[in-house]
Amino acid sequence: MGYRRVAVVGAGITKFTRFAKETNGELSYEAARMALDSCEMNLSQIDCVSIGTAPDAFDGFHLNGETLAEGSGGFNKPVMRNYVGGGTGVMSAIHGWQHVASGMFDTCLVIAEEKMSSAFPHPAGAFLTIFDHTTEQPVMPTLLWIFAIEMQRFMHAHGYTKEDIAKVAVKNKRNALDHPCAQLGAEITVDDVLNSEIMAHPVNRLDVSPTSDGAVALVFAAEHVARRVTEKPVWMDGVGWALDTAYWCTRDLYYPDYVEVAAKKAYEMAGIKEPAKEIHIAEPYDPFTYKELHHLEGLQLAPRGGSVQMLLDGVTQRDGNLPVCPSGGLLGVGNPIAAAGLMKVAEIFWQLRGEAGKRQVPGNPTCGLAQAWGDLMQVGTVVVMRT
Amino acid sequence: MIRGDKMEITKELVEKTITALKSKDLTDKKVITAAWQPNLAYAWDDGPAISRYLAELKNGKIIAKRCRKCDRTMLPPRMFCELCWRPSNEWVYVQDTGRVNTFCVSHVDWKAGRLDIQGGVRPYTPAVIEIDGASPGMGILHLLDNVDPKDIHIGMRVKAVWKPAEQREGSITDIRYFEPIGS
Repeated sequence: MGYRRVAVVGAGITKFTRFAKETNGELSYEAARMALDSCEMNLSQIDCVSIGTAPDAFDGFHLNGETLAEGSGGFNKPVMRNYVGGGTGVMSAIHGWQHVASGMFDTCLVIAEEKMSSAFPHPAGAFLTIFDHTTEQPVMPTLLWIFAIEMQRFMHAHGYTKEDIAKVAVKNKRNALDHPCAQLGAEITVDDVLNSEIMAHPVNRLDVSPTSDGAVALVFAAEHVARRVTEKPVWMDGVGWALDTAYWCTRDLYYPDYVEVAAKKAYEMAGIKEPAKEIHIAEPYDPFTYKELHHLEGLQLAPRGGSVQMLLDGVTQRDGNLPVCPSGGLLGVGNPIAAAGLMKVAEIFWQLRGEAGKRQVPGNPTCGLAQAWGDLMQVGTVVVMRT
Repeated sequence: MIRGDKMEITKELVEKTITALKSKDLTDKKVITAAWQPNLAYAWDDGPAISRYLAELKNGKIIAKRCRKCDRTMLPPRMFCELCWRPSNEWVYVQDTGRVNTFCVSHVDWKAGRLDIQGGVRPYTPAVIEIDGASPGMGILHLLDNVDPKDIHIGMRVKAVWKPAEQREGSITDIRYFEPIGS
């Protein structure tokens, strides 16, 4: 292959919260500063910056990515901003990889930031504009509808029940109790989920991740730099991404083809033949409970129709054979859209280095996967990382 | 020197990264905010395919477009087939009946505002409806009504309920909603 080996060598994160007083730039600064400190590097050693932040509609002003340049340490450096909805955070990591793997830069600071709270009192209305302006917006859809509609189809296809799917919320919110940045860590029961407010049946309130503010940053380095910086580089061994058609009503929503395409590209690059055996730990995107299961199937980490059985068997618990969302995921840690995706990449970094503290999964995992999803049930972004 | 080999995020480390506010802090003006309520206006030209689709809706008809290569009857109609990556072919009228592919029962509006369900407000019941005459799986997003939400099921047969001709304006909302066939 014509690209260079790339490692993650440092990481930083802010707490996730519903309303942060700090501005977008200040949030970015906190995460970026921590990431550089963690690997004892300074800004002069950073060649370029990859920024991920979701729609400007949350912020109410355009060029949000550009205004993040200072907080992200990107002033007068090559900066690139990307946005693919919820897939943005992992796409930012893929961009960081591209910058370094290409040979053009030796280091890249990757930052994903979101401040959803500026859309006040609630950012939900901003999502109306993701739907087709002529054929869909006139029926006044909300983001909750599209998830509830997809969940219904997923349950119908496989005979899954709400009771079983609710166990994802129980697991992830419990895992998040051990995450110092978590917004919604909690000890809850299946009944708590089922009895929580109905948002759009089959989705109840506790099936949904919160709206959040927060930022995450990673430092990427080419191999010769990485080996000087740390004894524990975490290699970006596979990346993949794919975008499906925006005609979301003409696809069968029960299965995310785009996640499969993205995952297979990442597996091929990483030389992974049997993902369910070779991947020790996974952080699939979980903005809704069923999404974790839906994505596990798309990622080939669970058989189609077999993800709920894995959940029921405890396979996806932190001490199971394939720990899934040991961070606490979006359901527990929170969902500042772009930052949530990069939080997953950061979690794999800490887990593979054995630095995840109380969240550490047993068994010295050496291969992990992070995935995000976004747009109109449309984009899959996947990274495979190894020690 | 090898550095950066002990990185664990701790409560102490992240403590000062964020100042968490409450919604009340903003509404009670405990923090200074600048507010803006945009009122932007747009006029979307809908292109040849969707313009015809809208014009036919005004006539009380649903029109699709075929791709001869993959043999799909595509709804909404499009000028090119995104699978074959070639121009689409004939316009074809399809039925105003169909089948519920999937649906939900929403207790919230588009701004996540709560509907007064206890007070008797009917929940929204949006659905993906596969239209008869279009290729299998070709659905559109629309609303179901005139049916108890509890009775809605995947596979349910439905028919469009149109606005009276004089009220139609060339919009997807010229169909008021879909209702079960036989109701």
